[in-house]
Amino acid sequence: MMVQTLDQDAGLDAGSGQSEDSIVLRVQHAFASFSLDVELALPGRGVTVLFGHSGSGKTTLLRCVAGLERATQAHIAINGTVWQDSAQNRFVPTWQREIGYVFQEASLFPHLNVQRNLAFGMRRANPHGNADDILAVATKLGIEHLLKRSPDGLSGGERQRVAIARALLTRPRLLLMDEPLSALDAARKQEILPYLERLHDELEIPMLYVTHQIEEAARLADHLVLLGQGRVQASGPLVATLARLDLPLARDHEGSVVIAANVIGYDPEWNLTRLQFSGGEIFVAERPLPIGKPVRLRILARDVSIALSGNNPSSIQNRFICRVTGIAPTDDPAQCLVGLVAGDAALTARITRLSASQLGLAIGQEVWAQVKAVALLE
Amino acid sequence: MMPDSQDWSAIWLTLKLASTVTVLLLIVGTPIAWWLAHTRSRLRGVISALVSMPLVLPPTVLGFYLLLLMGPHGPVGYLTELAGLGRLPFTFAGLVLASTFYSLPFVVQPVQNAIEAIGRRPLEVAATLRASPWDSFCTVVLPLARPGFLTAAILGFAHTVGEFGVVLMIGGNIPGQTRVVSVQIFDHVEALEYVQAHWLAGGMVVFAFLVLLALYTLNPQARRA
Repeated sequence: MMVQTLDQDAGLDAGSGQSEDSIVLRVQHAFASFSLDVELALPGRGVTVLFGHSGSGKTTLLRCVAGLERATQAHIAINGTVWQDSAQNRFVPTWQREIGYVFQEASLFPHLNVQRNLAFGMRRANPHGNADDILAVATKLGIEHLLKRSPDGLSGGERQRVAIARALLTRPRLLLMDEPLSALDAARKQEILPYLERLHDELEIPMLYVTHQIEEAARLADHLVLLGQGRVQASGPLVATLARLDLPLARDHEGSVVIAANVIGYDPEWNLTRLQFSGGEIFVAERPLPIGKPVRLRILARDVSIALSGNNPSSIQNRFICRVTGIAPTDDPAQCLVGLVAGDAALTARITRLSASQLGLAIGQEVWAQVKAVALLE
Repeated sequence: MMPDSQDWSAIWLTLKLASTVTVLLLIVGTPIAWWLAHTRSRLRGVISALVSMPLVLPPTVLGFYLLLLMGPHGPVGYLTELAGLGRLPFTFAGLVLASTFYSLPFVVQPVQNAIEAIGRRPLEVAATLRASPWDSFCTVVLPLARPGFLTAAILGFAHTVGEFGVVLMIGGNIPGQTRVVSVQIFDHVEALEYVQAHWLAGGMVVFAFLVLLALYTLNPQARRA
C-alpha cells in the first residue's frame, strides 16, 4: 500500500501553486443556500478521497476542478498546470482540461455502441489511439466482450466499467470520480471495487474520488479529505486521518482505523490467514491469499477492547500490546475513544467511560488491545 | 378537367417555398430553441411568447404587419431598398420571409423539447471527453435530438404548404411567383371551377394525411410535439 507522506499543513504557501507534483485547490463559490470555501494542497499521485455527507460540497468541488462549474474565486492547478486562476482571469474550459471524469450514473451515449463510446474521447484526446488501445483498456476492465453491444443492454455495473474505460482512454492527467458506485446495489459494487483497486495500484496519475461511504474511502484512499458544509474539516494521509480522535469521523458509531499488513501464511487447520503488521500478527478468517501480498485491514473502534494484561484466557485471538496516545469524548456521553499505537500502527478503541476510569487509563500507559473483528480490504 | 399548367406551377411553387422555408427555419429555429432550452435569462418568457405568437394570431394580422414592415415606408423595406434588393412584398423572397415567421413555432417547439429532453449531462460528458461545444452539438445533440428535428422539419414544411392568409397579404396572387396551391384553390372556387378545385384540394387532403401519418408512425417519439 502506498501511503502519501505529505505533511498536513504543508504546501499552502505561495510557491506551492507552481509545484510539479501536487494538486492545489483554492475554491470559493457561493450558492443560494450554501457556500464552498476550500483550500487544499493534495499529493500529485495516488488516490485522494473527498469524503463528506450530502451537501458537504464534495461534488461541487469536483465539478469545479473539472470546470463543469465555474467557481467565483478559484486557483486550480494540477501538477504545475493551471486550469483556473481568478486573479489572472484564467479559466480553461472543461474540454481543454486533460481530465477523465466518471459520473454517478454511467452516462454513456445512448446513440453509440460500447466501442464507439470508448472511441469518443480517445479519438479527440489522442489521434494515434486505435482499436488495440481500446481493446487493452476494455480487457483491463473486463468489458472486452461487450464492445459491439448497445449501452441499453448492459447492467449497471457493466455500464459504469465502460464509463471508467472511456475516461481512461483519454489519457487524462487527473482522474475524477463522483460517487461512481452510489447508483449500484451491493453486488454490483463488489463487482467494480476490485477494478478500482487495481486502478489504484497501477495508475500513474492522481485520482480525486468523491464518496460518502467510509468503506470505499478505507479501501481506495491514500489521502483523505473530510468536507463538511463547504469547508475542509481535515486533510491528511488516510491512516493518520482516520486515527485522529478529534474528528467527527472517529466519534461516529462507525469510526474505524485502517492498518497496512502483509500476508505471511495460511493455517488450513483453522482456516485462518496470518498477517503481519507493525504491531504484531493478526489472524483473519479469509480464503488463502498469496504470501507477501500487501493488504489493508479495517478495524472498527467499537470492535476494540482494552485489557491491562495479555495473559487472561479469552476467545479473542488478536491481542497486541499498545501504548495509550490519547483519550477523547464521543457523541455518546457514556463512551469515550482511546487512541492506541501498536508498533507504528494507530488503533482506536471505543469503550465506556466507566471502563476507562476503572482501568485508570492514562496517556503513555501500556495496555493490551483486544480486536474482535477485522475486515480485510484487499 | 385535369390540373392545368397553372395548377402545376402552383404546386411547384408551393413545394419550392416550403422547402426553402424549412431549411431556413431549421437554421434560424435551432439556435433559438437551443437558447430557450438552456437559458436562465428573464427574457426567456418574452422570447417564448414572441415565437409562439403565430399560433394564436390570425394570419391576416401577421401578414398585415409584415406587409407594413416590408413596405416602402417600413424599416425592413427601407433596408432592402437601401441594399438594392428592391421591395419584398409580392415577391417570392417576401413570401419566404413571411412564411418563416409564420411557421417558426412549429420548428422551435419540437427542437426545444428534444434539446430539453437530452439535458445537460450528455454535454458535460462530451466536454470531459474533449469535445468542443460545436463538436458536442454535431456529435451528441444532433443525433440524440434527431426525432425532434425530423418532427420540426415535417411540421414546418407542412405548415408552410398549408398557409393561406399570410401569402395573400404579402404575396398576393401572381402566377409563378406567389400563387401557391392554397391561393390557386381559392381562385378556382371563386371562378366556380369546382372540379379543378377538387383536384388540388383533394391532393392537399391526401398530402396532409400522409405527412401526419409519416410523423406518427415513422417517428413515434415525436408524438408529444
